[in-house]
Amino acid sequence: MALRVLGLTAPSKKPQPWWWGVVALLALFVFTIPLYLDVAELYSISNFLVLAILALSMSFLWGYGGMLSFGQTAFFGLGGYTYAVLALNTGETTSALLIAVLLPMIFAAILGYFMIYGRISDIYFSVITLVVTLILEKGIRATSGDQYVIGSVRLNGQNGIPTTPSLQLPWDAKAQLDIADVFYVAAGLLFVTYIGLRLLLLTRFGRILVSIKENERRSELLGYDTRRYKWLAFVIAGGIAGLAGAMWGIWGNFVGPNMFNLNQAAQVVIWVIVGGKSTLIGPIGGTVAVQYLTDWLGTQGVGQVSLILGIILMVMVLLFQQGLLPSAGIIAAFAKDRLGLTRRGRAS
Amino acid sequence: MSEDVVLETRDLEKRFGGVRAIAGVSFKLRRGELRCLIGPNGAGKSTFFKMLTAQLRPTAGQILFEGADITKLHAHQIGRLGIGIKNQVPDVYDGLTVHENLWLAASAEAKPTAARAKVDEVMARLELGPLAERLVGELAHGQRQWVEFGMVTAREPKIILLDEPTAGMSVEETNRTAQLILEANKSATIVVVEHDMQFIRQIARYVTVFHQGAILAEDTMANIQANQTVKDVYLGKSGSA
Ligand SMILES: Nc1ncnc2c1ncn2[C@@H]1O[C@H](COP(=O)(O)OP(=O)(O)O)[C@@H](O)[C@H]1O
Ligand SMILES: [Mg+2]
Repeated sequence: MALRVLGLTAPSKKPQPWWWGVVALLALFVFTIPLYLDVAELYSISNFLVLAILALSMSFLWGYGGMLSFGQTAFFGLGGYTYAVLALNTGETTSALLIAVLLPMIFAAILGYFMIYGRISDIYFSVITLVVTLILEKGIRATSGDQYVIGSVRLNGQNGIPTTPSLQLPWDAKAQLDIADVFYVAAGLLFVTYIGLRLLLLTRFGRILVSIKENERRSELLGYDTRRYKWLAFVIAGGIAGLAGAMWGIWGNFVGPNMFNLNQAAQVVIWVIVGGKSTLIGPIGGTVAVQYLTDWLGTQGVGQVSLILGIILMVMVLLFQQGLLPSAGIIAAFAKDRLGLTRRGRAS
Repeated sequence: MSEDVVLETRDLEKRFGGVRAIAGVSFKLRRGELRCLIGPNGAGKSTFFKMLTAQLRPTAGQILFEGADITKLHAHQIGRLGIGIKNQVPDVYDGLTVHENLWLAASAEAKPTAARAKVDEVMARLELGPLAERLVGELAHGQRQWVEFGMVTAREPKIILLDEPTAGMSVEETNRTAQLILEANKSATIVVVEHDMQFIRQIARYVTVFHQGAILAEDTMANIQANQTVKDVYLGKSGSA
């Protein structure tokens, strides 16, 4: 309801024509950022954009598939490590990036098969995904010895892989992307992921997925094998998180066990809650806002960044249960109603 | 009467802990029937329906659809075979529009073009056109029941199970629902659970009476109304009201 006031249509509806206009304008805005910001600022914004891809993976799964995976960081970290290990071994980054999407998808397919086809409850789904990412973190941390080598690459345990190479042009291994280039790639991938998911939700698959979130039993009784749809959504989300992980490695020339840790896993949930899971664009904004705040608090020497973020999350959950963007919609709807602008202003 | 049995249960049983909610039901439904299932609250009618649609697993016994054992199938497989159900508690997509609800139902079986045509047809039949873009959660109770009824029929099932389809409806709405059920019966076998005797008289030819998880009687409506045992456990109370 509230979203309609902002002109945000239900996920299964075709976006209104002006939506494409807004997306194009946003793209234009983002792609011109390098013209007037310096390299340091570009560098930190690239980080936000990459993390926003990770937020999209959870937002899609939770907001539209009804599955709260607390451990999308498992695929994020896996994507990062896959990219680093492959790129360093082969000296070729395009295929490394591709496989960094595929491998997390395969992992998600196996993990998802047991969870979703095993029909575990929602709570267990959240707990197991969290446990998986924490186990991976522990596992990676334990690889500090010389014996933990994949090909020619040492996993380095705690220390991660600080030599993770930047992306090269597919046709020219000598041409390494610089900070501004990485910014363009990150922004491009974020837009592609966003638009891709938005369009995916318009397909038969997307509409059925949303129906399962709305009322799984009804979808089953109609004859849909809901497990198949949920499983596919989980695999897709795993791939997106893997992509984000690889891009994060490319952005910072580093991958490490912290990509999997509890702090990182909780951050993803916070971005999505702050942005509101009923839209895809909300969590992108949530990520940028929260990360910007995190960085800013860091530079202010507050020292208690996590505490302040925790308080913000609590306030968000208590005050704006739907998240920022949908709450803005609710307020707009209320104002419109008060001003007598809506004719059909009846409550149910 | 011809014995084209479309659905059959053999000694079906369901225990909840120590309670035998369904205590050995052997039931036969002939193709094309419009059967009414009545019985006091707690008799096990909803539990029986849920077992037929794999929402609950039977503790013992068998369910056969067109002669094949379907006892162990999943709910979605039951749906695909062509058994549709409206549960007692409305089971719709409250957060989606009326059109989307019907589209999801129609698309489960039909190809895209056929599904769209089916949605239009169901909306016309149920006079839901003006509500097409409304969220189902915003609708009045009776309208939501019709949306669900529409969803069940849009799927074009061979058997339709309706658990208290007129609960909370006005007399006028109830009459209309009776018409819709009779209409749907032209192409599907139907079982209706109801309490409203007036309504049952309107539609039923054959009635099964449940009592304490077992079939107490099964006969024509006229004979059921004359049956002293049935009167004692059930009709005596709500029939006179
Ligand atoms: N999920 C359940 N757990 C335990 N007992 C149940 C459950 N569902 C139904 N029952 C019991 O089974 C009996 C039959 O219930 P139900 O099938 O709903 O009856 P009806 O639909 O005829 O009113 C009742 O005694 C009820 O309390
Ligand atoms: Mg009941």
